[in-house]
Amino acid sequence: MQLENIGTLQTIVGVFARFWPVWIALAFLLGASMIYRKRLGLYGQLFESGVGIAGVVICCFWLFTAIFAHVVAPFDPLAQIPVMKDAMPGAIVPDHGGVYLFGGDKLARDVFSRMVFGSRIVLIIAPTATMFALMVGTTLGLPAGYYGGRIDSVLSFLANLVLAFPVILLFYLLVTPGIMDTPIPYGLAGLFFLFPIIFFVVLFYTRFKNRPERLYPLLALTLVLGGWIYVGLVFDADPLGVVSIDPNQLNIFVAVVFASSPGVFRIVRGLVMDIKTRDYIAAAQTRGETPWYIMLWEILPNARGPLIVDACLRIGYTTILLGTLGYFGLGLAPESPDWGTAIKDASRLLRSVIHPALPPTIALMSFVLGLNLLADALREQSLRD
Amino acid sequence: MLGFIVRRLGTMLVTMICLTMVVFFMVNLEPNLKKLAISQLDMRSPPEQLESWLVKNGYRQNFFVRYGQWLGVVQKQPAIDPQTGQSKPRFSFCDEPAEPYYGGILQGDFGCSTKFKTQVSTKLWPALAATGILMFWVMATMVPIALLIGILAGMREGSRTDRTLSVASITTTATPEYVSGVIFTVIFASWLGWLNGSAASATGQGITFYNFTLPVMTMAIYGIGYIARMTRASMVEVMTQQYIRTARLKGLSFPKVVIRHALRNALIAPFTVIMLQFPWLLTGVVIVETMFRYQGFGYTLVEAAGNNDIDLLLACSLVSVFVVLFTQLISDIGYAYLNPRIRVQ
Repeated sequence: MQLENIGTLQTIVGVFARFWPVWIALAFLLGASMIYRKRLGLYGQLFESGVGIAGVVICCFWLFTAIFAHVVAPFDPLAQIPVMKDAMPGAIVPDHGGVYLFGGDKLARDVFSRMVFGSRIVLIIAPTATMFALMVGTTLGLPAGYYGGRIDSVLSFLANLVLAFPVILLFYLLVTPGIMDTPIPYGLAGLFFLFPIIFFVVLFYTRFKNRPERLYPLLALTLVLGGWIYVGLVFDADPLGVVSIDPNQLNIFVAVVFASSPGVFRIVRGLVMDIKTRDYIAAAQTRGETPWYIMLWEILPNARGPLIVDACLRIGYTTILLGTLGYFGLGLAPESPDWGTAIKDASRLLRSVIHPALPPTIALMSFVLGLNLLADALREQSLRD
Repeated sequence: MLGFIVRRLGTMLVTMICLTMVVFFMVNLEPNLKKLAISQLDMRSPPEQLESWLVKNGYRQNFFVRYGQWLGVVQKQPAIDPQTGQSKPRFSFCDEPAEPYYGGILQGDFGCSTKFKTQVSTKLWPALAATGILMFWVMATMVPIALLIGILAGMREGSRTDRTLSVASITTTATPEYVSGVIFTVIFASWLGWLNGSAASATGQGITFYNFTLPVMTMAIYGIGYIARMTRASMVEVMTQQYIRTARLKGLSFPKVVIRHALRNALIAPFTVIMLQFPWLLTGVVIVETMFRYQGFGYTLVEAAGNNDIDLLLACSLVSVFVVLFTQLISDIGYAYLNPRIRVQ
């Protein structure tokens, strides 16, 4: 059956029009940032270079796309309209009036809507997994760098062990369907998700040890909030039913954190070993501060520059890892709209149909590029200080 | 220096033992063994039959005994056929002596591949050779291009060439193999028709420009940006040194300063980076070989992991872990050798 097509120009205009909430949000954000950039610290300084602006725009574009996905996407990412199988970009859906802006894939789903909803999966998993990896790497890297000696040898050996594992092999071993029957992913999740709680408890305790009126509320907040999320994520037993995660996603999450925290560990350890020779650390030691106070409140704030840059790059790298998982069909559901899975599906059919392959590839590439540009601009700014 | 190398080799050995033990544990998890038993018998076998198959073939022995057997420090017992009481090979496609013997990787016996129905070594070495060819061409294109870009960009920091090349290298580091592979295939194979979108023919009919350019290009592009950025950083640092200023003030021309004085010192850091690229390339190999259907090491690894082919997967992980650790060692030794300021105690 011949489908009606709205033409190339109309398609381009249509794509722009669909993103209207994103454009409005971007305009507000950029306008406000430009006006108040003098008062915004490091973030405001980003707007002084072209690279920085480009990075912010690209990252925020995908952030807002993920937030407004249900408004931007005209169709359900999983809905199939049989007529539209392999439809060309700009094809009109009969009896509906809607347009498949980027065409249909081999299962007659809207490529555009899938790309938009895919951003949601990527933008939820990649930054959170990176944050967990940062927490794990920092909590272990600080004592390793500060104390040195045996703790350092043991932890470094473990980190090198994980780093010597080729990522892809790690994923094939950790993210198989069979492993969900064993306690391994839950054990690892239980271990990794403990680190943020430990981190914040130690952070508050060292600072407010002598001021119970501040310490107890903060500790209670950390334990209640952390414990609530912990129970919901690891045991899937949240009493309120708000926090829950699909076992598959938990598995991916754990694998990504596992693969990426040794890298953070190495960076933090190196930074700590450098910073601990400074005079202000010696001053703190002379004052009689505890080692953990020095690590968390003297060393860590002074290591934030390189860590922020690394976090940006790492979110990009995590996005690439997620795409790799999707590309090999590991972990995520086969109909999931995430970019890696979409690339896998489309790349097998490149000989006959091209158009379903391009949107997810360009989406993934542009998001990672945005993060890399952001990291580059941040690095340049922190070097200038 | 010798003591350092010996110590590093010792650490390497311990790391390899730990890692292979982890892999051994992971591939022998209960669900994986079930899957293997089902694939060797058939889907409708009752659980008791699966269990008896696992017991008969020694999969139910103690973990450390089995690991020792795989390593070659514990004797392997021949499988006894319960009906005849005679010993019989576990897999019909693999020979096996009828009496207890030492047959592990220390003896050079990698075991049997249940997926390809042959000895692991007959499958693994040709695959490694095929990947070696791919790696050679990737290195041969990636390293010179990356170094050239890095040197040109770092020569004059902040110039227009520098900005353009830096953005270009950031872009390539944002393009993983599965993205660049798709984009290149669309451009060069589907639209222009210059190159073949599959390297499957390279295994049988030999490598040609037509079928091998796309895989090499796809793999090289991801590494180029990273190496180029490291080279640029190192070059920028060298160009601010005193001896470069001295050379300029002596009246040497700019190209001479760069080639004679800056280049050698600027290339020390990229050497380490290039060596440490190998673990990354390993992931790239798996993606590219799957995408372009090239029958090399990555393809073998995917097949082994997908079908839970225990011996083959163990052999693959041993090889890849060895490659990673060995390149790390080379990079450390090379760094100490190239940089006279570093002396290893």
